[in-house]
Amino acid sequence: MRKLLAQSYLWLLLLILYSPIVIIAIFSFTEAKVMGNWSGLSFGLYSNLFNGQVSGALVRAIENTLSIGVLAALLSTILGSIAAVGIFNLKGWKKKSITFLNDIPMLNPDIITGISLFILFVAVGARQGYVTVLLAHVSFCTPYVVLSVMPKLRQMNPNTYEAALDLGATPSQALRKVIFPQIWPGVISGFILAFTLSIDDFAVTLFTKGNQGLETLSTYIYADARKGGLTPELRPLMTIIFLTVLLLLVIINIRNSRLTKRNK
Amino acid sequence: MADKDIIIKLEHLSKRYEGKEVLHDINLYIRKGEFLTLLGPSGCGKSTTLRLIAGFLQPDEGRVLLSGKDMTGIPPYRRPLNTVFQRYALFPHLDVYDNVAFGLKLQGLPEDKIDAKVRKALKMVTLTDYEDRDVESLSGGQQQRVAIARAIVNQPKVLLLDEPLAALDRKMRADMQIELRDMHKKLGITFIYVTHDQEEALTLSDTIVVMDEGRIQQIGTPADIYNEPVNSFVANFIGESNIFNGTMVKDRLVSFIGHDFPCVDSGFGEQTPVDVVVRPEDVVVDKDPSAGQFSGKVTSCIFKGVHYEMLLDTDSGNEIMIQNYLAFEPGTTVGMSIPPDGIQVMKKERLRNTFEGEISSPETVDFLGATFNVGHTPFEPGTKVRVEVEFSGVNLLDDLEAGELEGEVHSILYKGDHYHLTVCTPDGDKIYVDTDDVWDKGDLVGIEIAPKDIKIKEADDD
Repeated sequence: MRKLLAQSYLWLLLLILYSPIVIIAIFSFTEAKVMGNWSGLSFGLYSNLFNGQVSGALVRAIENTLSIGVLAALLSTILGSIAAVGIFNLKGWKKKSITFLNDIPMLNPDIITGISLFILFVAVGARQGYVTVLLAHVSFCTPYVVLSVMPKLRQMNPNTYEAALDLGATPSQALRKVIFPQIWPGVISGFILAFTLSIDDFAVTLFTKGNQGLETLSTYIYADARKGGLTPELRPLMTIIFLTVLLLLVIINIRNSRLTKRNK
Repeated sequence: MADKDIIIKLEHLSKRYEGKEVLHDINLYIRKGEFLTLLGPSGCGKSTTLRLIAGFLQPDEGRVLLSGKDMTGIPPYRRPLNTVFQRYALFPHLDVYDNVAFGLKLQGLPEDKIDAKVRKALKMVTLTDYEDRDVESLSGGQQQRVAIARAIVNQPKVLLLDEPLAALDRKMRADMQIELRDMHKKLGITFIYVTHDQEEALTLSDTIVVMDEGRIQQIGTPADIYNEPVNSFVANFIGESNIFNGTMVKDRLVSFIGHDFPCVDSGFGEQTPVDVVVRPEDVVVDKDPSAGQFSGKVTSCIFKGVHYEMLLDTDSGNEIMIQNYLAFEPGTTVGMSIPPDGIQVMKKERLRNTFEGEISSPETVDFLGATFNVGHTPFEPGTKVRVEVEFSGVNLLDDLEAGELEGEVHSILYKGDHYHLTVCTPDGDKIYVDTDDVWDKGDLVGIEIAPKDIKIKEADDD
């Protein structure tokens, strides 16, 4: 009986968590204009999505989202990995305070990050658009990369760097041939994490995209929904995005569990 | 000693960490082909010395010479030395072969040469056929063998070993000791070995350098160090020993545990306080209590495999440890004597505590970073003074708050009828204390000194 209760609790929780997404996924298979109406099973919306039956603005939004995601992930992975190596080699209070400073942006509400970046860009007179959004995304993704690289550095034997120098490697050779291969899994996880965070972001993008017509998927959908109902083609699009993110998460988890097993 | 036989020379090496001196004026030369061990307790500076030689650290003062060449400013990757680390420090993303080949590949040797050298090195450490193994799948002993192969494959002039066997179990350690010894003979290169294990040092080394508190205490062959320790620290650290306070009556006659003993030492002057070391196996025992120089009652007797180890209370109330092939039951009284060459007489390093202090008020003096009441002092406040406190004048208290300052028990020496402790203050100063109470190393204590035990003298003008 107790087991049954625990089981049903779990299922209830999952239902609450996932029902909104499941509903969108279900209604992506019907062509009704208004969400909630069922006009029969159809793959029409999916074929519209892939046959260019959607507005150019949506396509551009998707392109922006993906390109900003990849670039932001790339830049923040480079910055974050180097920063992690630096922080790792600090000592005492310096290490503690920098680690703490790295944690704050992650806890800071997006809306505040967005507004402060907006004010910053206005203050320095930057023209807001693609570049400012990209910079904003790099700034909030980097701490997560640091966080995912750090444990790999900590797992390393503290003497391995010295061992490499001892065997004749210059500091940069030691970094490339010994340190980097060991923290590589953390770097990859950091990249994937940064990419998902970037395509996921709404609040920060909204405040930094300016008024030159730049839209990412999230801001486009928001604007679209306010104009008078969601464009029906967004339903299959959201379903696809959800499945993609799910896939990425599964990949990260499998990688991590495999690595922990290897380390044991 | 011809200079060309010296491969490494350390000149006036000093090193500080965060203001604390961890190495003080180390001078040492190491001969080509020698197996030299740096031996001492943790924190004595032995690993720091090794890291200075390897180039992972730069000295604050002094220099390291390698084959006569000044190594100052030369990074580790340009020094013809290789290191075996305590926790192996293998590269986990590479297999055994690539770990060993790492240094050779950096040198840019052709593949076939690398291959031949790697296989030879792996054969040397008996790991043939392990080339493709993942290093993390190997046992501790095997990993250490890979680490050794990885170092020797580069044919370094000197091999540095930083407690290489510390992480292995006892049996494995004994096997590896023999292998290291053989390897040293076969390779003919200089080994510098760091350990805190005196048995390991005695077994392996040509020369032992005993270190404590950042200073070299003694340099010598294992037999020298064991038979002729220069001070009570070395005597206590190497092997079992009885250490007593004694008085050198005159040349070749020393008085301790209430009796006069002929000895072989001279040149200490007359009526000079000294430390006396007697190895447990050097005490001759006779079942007739009236035979020998003094008598004692056996309090415990433990079989140790080859011999019995016994504790006795002597007629003068001191405790002495002896080792003998014969067992004497607890409770029996026996006669004992110590032949002259079984007695090692050492100059005392210090007779009392001396500190630099300053008079802070007509009734108090500041030293060791604390203020002590002295009742009355003729000196003006602000005067710099020398403060002397006898070892027995310092009281150690369980209650940290109760004393004038706190300290941590750093080392303990048993002297037959009392303990001689070294206590470190939070500022890193040391107080030496004689006490009958039993404390443990690492105990935190309150330190109290009665006003009558604080002697104030005018500061030296140097």
